[in-house]
Amino acid sequence: MYKILAKEDLTSDIHLFKVEAPAIARKAQAGQFVIVRSGEEGERIPLTIAGWDKEEGSVTIVFMEVGATTRKLALLNSGDSILNFVGPLGRPTEIEKFGTVVCVAGGFAIATIVPIARAMREAGNKVISIMGFRTRELVFWEERLGSVSDELIVTTDDGSYKRKGLVTEPLKELLQEAEVARVIAIGPTVMMKFCSLTTKPFGVKTIVSLNPIMVDGTGMCGCCRVSVGDETKFACVDGPDFDAHEVDWDLLMNRQRTYLDEEREALRLWETSTTRF
Amino acid sequence: MAEKKKINLNRVPIPKQSPEMRRKNFSEVALGYTGEQAIEEANRCLQCKKPSCKDGCPVNVDIPEFIKAICDHDMPEAVRILKGKNSLPGICGRVCPQETQCEMRCNLAKKGAPIAIGRLERYVADWERAHPEISEKQGEHIKSNGKKVAIVGSGPAGLTCAADLAKRGYEVTIFEALHVAGGVLMYGIPEFRLPKQVVQGEVDYVKSLGVEIKLDQIIGKIATVDEFLENGYAAIFLAPGAGAPMFLNIPGENLSDIYSANEFLTRTNLMKAYLFPEYDTPIKVGKRIAVFGGGNVAMDASRCALRLGAEEVYIIYRRSKVEMPARLEERENTEEEGVIFKLLTNPRKFIGDEQGRVKAVECYEMELGEPDESGRRRPIPKPGTEFIIDIDAAIIALGTQPNPIIPSTTKGLELTRWGTVKTDEATGRTSKDRVWCGGDMATGAATVISAMGAGKRAATDIDAYLQGKSELP
Ligand SMILES: Cc1cc2nc3c(=O)[nH]c(=O)nc-3n(C[C@H](O)[C@H](O)[C@H](O)COP(=O)(O)OP(=O)(O)OC[C@H]3O[C@@H](n4cnc5c(N)ncnc54)[C@H](O)[C@@H]3O)c2cc1C
Ligand code: FES
Repeated sequence: MYKILAKEDLTSDIHLFKVEAPAIARKAQAGQFVIVRSGEEGERIPLTIAGWDKEEGSVTIVFMEVGATTRKLALLNSGDSILNFVGPLGRPTEIEKFGTVVCVAGGFAIATIVPIARAMREAGNKVISIMGFRTRELVFWEERLGSVSDELIVTTDDGSYKRKGLVTEPLKELLQEAEVARVIAIGPTVMMKFCSLTTKPFGVKTIVSLNPIMVDGTGMCGCCRVSVGDETKFACVDGPDFDAHEVDWDLLMNRQRTYLDEEREALRLWETSTTRF
Repeated sequence: MAEKKKINLNRVPIPKQSPEMRRKNFSEVALGYTGEQAIEEANRCLQCKKPSCKDGCPVNVDIPEFIKAICDHDMPEAVRILKGKNSLPGICGRVCPQETQCEMRCNLAKKGAPIAIGRLERYVADWERAHPEISEKQGEHIKSNGKKVAIVGSGPAGLTCAADLAKRGYEVTIFEALHVAGGVLMYGIPEFRLPKQVVQGEVDYVKSLGVEIKLDQIIGKIATVDEFLENGYAAIFLAPGAGAPMFLNIPGENLSDIYSANEFLTRTNLMKAYLFPEYDTPIKVGKRIAVFGGGNVAMDASRCALRLGAEEVYIIYRRSKVEMPARLEERENTEEEGVIFKLLTNPRKFIGDEQGRVKAVECYEMELGEPDESGRRRPIPKPGTEFIIDIDAAIIALGTQPNPIIPSTTKGLELTRWGTVKTDEATGRTSKDRVWCGGDMATGAATVISAMGAGKRAATDIDAYLQGKSELP
């Protein structure tokens, strides 16, 4: 059992847990993830590590409520425990002095890009971050990402806060104006795909963190296989970071939709069972 | 008394669920002997002066002795004898290939059916589970010798090594990657062949000896073998199995609803997808499903698919029935349940629909040529025989290979060209000081009992080394 030391609701459906996991905290590096199972009947789901504190022995995760599993997880509070918490998994993000690095994140992935931006900056890069949201109410951690970036651009799809539009627009401008050495894009799969399409004509190396469905997270099942440069890779052990320009995006999105019907069914059951109380 | 009894050359049959029934449920197929049946079967044993059955057992169970105890109606004694050599008898009695081991050497086999050693072993283990008051409180009288040993992996190799070392007074900690202990016994072999409660009971027995099992620990990630050696562990036994699935490497293999057998079985057995939506993990079988491969794993996967509701299940195998590596008994059970064998057939590519789901597989026919290195006749494609099978899902059951997580994070651990850890078979020693290895990680995918044998030999050697009775090379 892994105790939740603190819970923070970043928006109405994005939550942060600080979890007691000293051994993982000692080893965690930017870009890695954990596998979480909240209860006896629960699935194993991967969640990217958003932070860690070696002294305190804690690991922070941030997740968005999407299906039944993440809704159940969201019901837990500070003081409760998570049944299984496994990690740190996957390869860490490659951190080096590249020059100017643009970090792009959308939605809940803002939390996971913070340690990467920080590490990039500490390695001597100039870090320009772009964070995108649907609308004003969903904005979180603007200051936190700002504090680890040299420049910060915030967009909202509806223009209700800061710059109106998608993250790809300021990204394109930066690529046109500046000498960008590397782009890191993390967020919903469509967003990563469009960032990849944006950077490709400029030939700027772009790293994305892929989030296929996983089971064990150790290379045992092959559920997480993705196609990168026409080769099959297991995202849990060979990734989750890959070269965006080599990823077969359609395959990834198709595989992510494998259990759409079952997820809907589980959510429906969950909703009817919870409204009974 | 010593009147010479006439020996029945046929074994007492084991009651089973009928194929029509069992293909719809996950309950155990073979129901086990009743007390009377067990005694009747035990009485067939010749009690040979020089029993050769024992030599066929990788952990040298005292077979005639425990069978004698059954004949004498002394079940506690049968348990004591059996468990003296085998810490996991309920598991072995169900899944060991006795027909190529102990039973093959049985003297009765020369004239008729060998004694059903496996079924009797299962009977004794099940009797013990039903009589918990009899099993002595383990562990209490074992005195710690203060020496710590770390074991990586809680499959049969790890559990056996742990039990043997704990019985000798070592403080043993097992580090297991998954959220339950048992390895393939829990995530791979299905409930209807090996009930998880049986596995859990034997894992609990190992714990009762004082072994600590730490779950959720992926060694190589959360801690490394070298850190264990620096942090007070006197010896390490590596037993992480051979868990990485192999694929066909043909076009379309990454379409949705194509599973490795590992994924399919893990979802089913470990995550209990057959109880979805009560359990959260889903699985897709559709109406028609194809399983590729001819081993035990393919049989297990196809039988799970039936039980999950598939109407037509195919096993597609490129050689003929006689070359199938699966145990005869399991192959027969599979056929009885209605799985359709498509032999001398090989897939060329998978075909998907607009949403990227598999909808068909293109196959071609094979014929058998000259024997290859494995001694089996080599399958050769027959040109112009392509045909299409419509399917809703597929399972690739081609076998597994070692996972590189541990080798890639452990300094000085030599591997073979197959990625297994180079290991001295008699002792389990590796190229690295104070590190032993056994089970599928050392041999490649093998059997439960061979993994247990390796765990036992390593425990003996670790003990000898730590007592200063032997040195490292
Ligand atoms: C579907 C199926 C059916 C089978 N049927 C039979 C049968 O009927 N009879 C038979 O004799 N054999 C059968 N086998 C083979 C048998 O199960 C294996 O040979 C045996 O389990 C190997 O034992 P092991 O202890 O080496 O490894 P495993 O049982 O594979 O256990 C290894 C354990 O180590 C853990 N692990 C791996 N990496 C790490 C790490 N880095 N850190 C921590 N833990 C780790 C794994 O999670 C696992 O729990 C079957 C196998 C399968 C897959
Ligand atoms: S999640 Fe199972 S292999 Fe990656």
